[in-house]
Order: sequence, then structure tokens, then C-alpha cells
Amino acid sequence: MPHDGHDPSDPPDDLTLRVQALESLLVEKGLVDPAALDVVIETYEHKVGPQNGAKVVARAWVNPEFMAAIKEDCSAIIDQEFGYKGRQGEHIMALENTPDIHNVVVCTLCSCYPWTVLGLPPVWYKSAPYRSRVVQDPRSVLAEFGTTVADVKEIRVWDSTSEMRYLVIPERPAGTEGWSEDKLRALVTRNSMIGVEEAKLPETIL
Amino acid sequence: MNGPHDLGGQHGLGPINPEPEAEEPVFHGDWERRTFALTLTCGMLGQWNIDEGRYARERQHPVEYLSNTYYENWLAGLQTLLVEKGLVTAEELLSGSAEGKAEGYRVPDVDATRKLLASGGPTRIQSDLKPSFSAGDKVRVINQNSLTHTRAPRYTRNHTGTIEFGHGVHVFADANAQGRYEGVHLYAVRFEADELWGEGAAGGPVYVDLWEPHIEPV
Repeated sequence: MPHDGHDPSDPPDDLTLRVQALESLLVEKGLVDPAALDVVIETYEHKVGPQNGAKVVARAWVNPEFMAAIKEDCSAIIDQEFGYKGRQGEHIMALENTPDIHNVVVCTLCSCYPWTVLGLPPVWYKSAPYRSRVVQDPRSVLAEFGTTVADVKEIRVWDSTSEMRYLVIPERPAGTEGWSEDKLRALVTRNSMIGVEEAKLPETIL
Repeated sequence: MNGPHDLGGQHGLGPINPEPEAEEPVFHGDWERRTFALTLTCGMLGQWNIDEGRYARERQHPVEYLSNTYYENWLAGLQTLLVEKGLVTAEELLSGSAEGKAEGYRVPDVDATRKLLASGGPTRIQSDLKPSFSAGDKVRVINQNSLTHTRAPRYTRNHTGTIEFGHGVHVFADANAQGRYEGVHLYAVRFEADELWGEGAAGGPVYVDLWEPHIEPV
């Protein structure tokens, strides 16, 4: 992690060796099917990711009924409409940002995160600095992401302490009237669905 | 437990330094990939639940927990559980060679793994249990110093909040970490910044999911 002096792309050799040793021990004992490991990696490295969440947000922006429904029970609706379901996405609720309210999500106790719509969490989300600070001083945390939230807005921090998972629906940017869901999707970033950034402005993708 | 994992409100841990979203890979190195996959597939053997998994990571020495990278903590937790649940011995872990095949476990193959990833592990339980609280009720978080796993963060302890809404009956994580499967009502509780951090606090309200045994009426 950047804050502790480790170069993330260059793990200590002994760590690589330890994990290799553990894997070969578990395979030798017949506790792990190596092909199953590849399925897990393939799923979270290439199939599940924030592109899923972006589709949900874009639909919520164009369809008020869909928005209302995902604020109640997001998991059931997105399984029905997109087939998004599974581990760490069993009980998702959507949190809608409005002109008065900005939502931001954390897990102070570990790293709970809605995998089915956002994939695996980024390093900073799991890090001690984020987990410790955002509950007490969200504005300074958002400033590190280059985000300024108007003083009139209430910043609500959601600490994911249970198996409920929270997906932030950022505000739809002005100047996107009449845009299709496909086009809107390009404005939705992972960070905007955690709540540390706003959605991209239309001029940044034109 | 009052462990190093319970980070809300701690100071001095430095800047966040986020990697730019467009540049951050899912895994930083192959050992992370393998550690992640080993943790999930071993979990699918059904010998421990997700809360026991979390508790295994939290029980490390605080210096270890805080100086480890994220997946180093996963690796430590996995090794703890493998030994505690009797899947491998401490000697095997040390030597890296198996003293014999593990017998009697249902090891998920590719198809079973796909199914388990897609089905997940819902924790909401259909139940006739009546909730003790409803939206708008004032509640105080109990002053507990549990020596085992709890999902009530330390920064909420003894503080008063308001029930925002109920989530229904969910598996109680604190009991589940001790191998006891119990369903109790879960609520989203809103705490004002001044209540948590003192008058003039910089932040806004914090919403925390708490189970009924964590809270008492005010």
C-alpha cells in the first residue's frame, strides 16, 4: 500500500514463495481444485466490475421507477434486469445523491463492498487511512480525491458493518438531457459509486 | 474485541494517496490473486463462515495487522483457520508438504465454484420475530468490551442515535463468529457528528448497521 512504503507491484519474494507453498500444500492435500482457483480469479479480474454498477446508475438516471425500486431492494431488481447477483451483493441498497445530500460509503471494520456491482475494492478503500478518517472528517477525505461538496449539502457516511451493501447513485450531471443509457454510462466512475467523487461532466468525455 | 481492525476515528494513519482509478489493477501482483482465490475456495469447503473469517484476521497482533498489506492479512487469516479447523496441521504449514490427503471434504470443482459465486450467502432470514424498534426511535449503543468478534464499532459505543430504518432479521454476526447461527433484527442507525465526535465536529451524520443486541432504548 502506498502509505506504508511497500511498492505494490514488487511484493517481497518470501511472500510469493509462501503463497505458492500454501497453494501446493492445499492441492496436494486435495482441499483445492486448481481449476476452481482460476474460475475465481477470472470472475473478479475480468467479469465483475464497476461497469456493472455504471449500468445500474445510468438506468436509475433515466427511469424514476427503477430509481425508487433500487433504493428499497437493489439486489432483487438488478438480478431481474441485468442478472447481477452473487457473493457480496446479496443485500444491496442504493443511496441517491441529491442537491441536499451526498452519500459516501466505508467499512471501518474490514472492507465490505458491493462486489456484484463494483467488483473488488481498490487498495485505498481497504486502507487504514480511509477507514479511520472518513467517518470523522469526510470533507478532508473527499478533498484528497479532488472533490469539494457544497457546504449546504449534508454528507452522510455509511459504515458497512453488516451484510447490507451500499451503492451510491451520483447526481446526474447537468447538460445530459436526452442522453441514452449507453452514453450516460461513460460518466459513471467507480469512485462516484463509492461517493468520493461526483460523476464525470459531459464535456470530459465529448 | 478492541482490535486494530476497528479503525473508525483513529488518528495519525496518514494520507489516503489513492491510485488513480483508471490506472489501478484489480490485483497488485500474482500472490494477491492466488491469496484471494485460495481464501474464497477454502471458504467454500464450508468449514467456517464469513464472520469467523473476519475474526481470524482481527485476532492478529495489532502491529502485524496494521503493518501488513491487505492480502497479507487475508493470508494470515486463512492460515489460522486452516489449522484451527483441522484441515492442515501447523507442521504441514511450516514444511509445505502434506502428511496425507484430507478426507471427507466436499471440494468444489469448476461448476460448483461458479454456482457458489453466483448464489452468494444471503444473511436475511424469513422470520416472525417482532422488531423492538422502529424508525425514529432513539437508541444507545451498549458499552461492551467484548473479547470476541463484534460488528458494533468502538466509535459508536455508549452513543445515542436514531433508527433510520429496519433491515429485517439477519444472521447476528457477533454470534456467527463463534459458530452460533442466530437471526435478530438489524437496523440502520443514524448518529449525528456532534454526538460521536464532540461539539463542532467537522463531519456529517454517520449511518451504522447495528443488531438488536448492540442497542438499548433511550
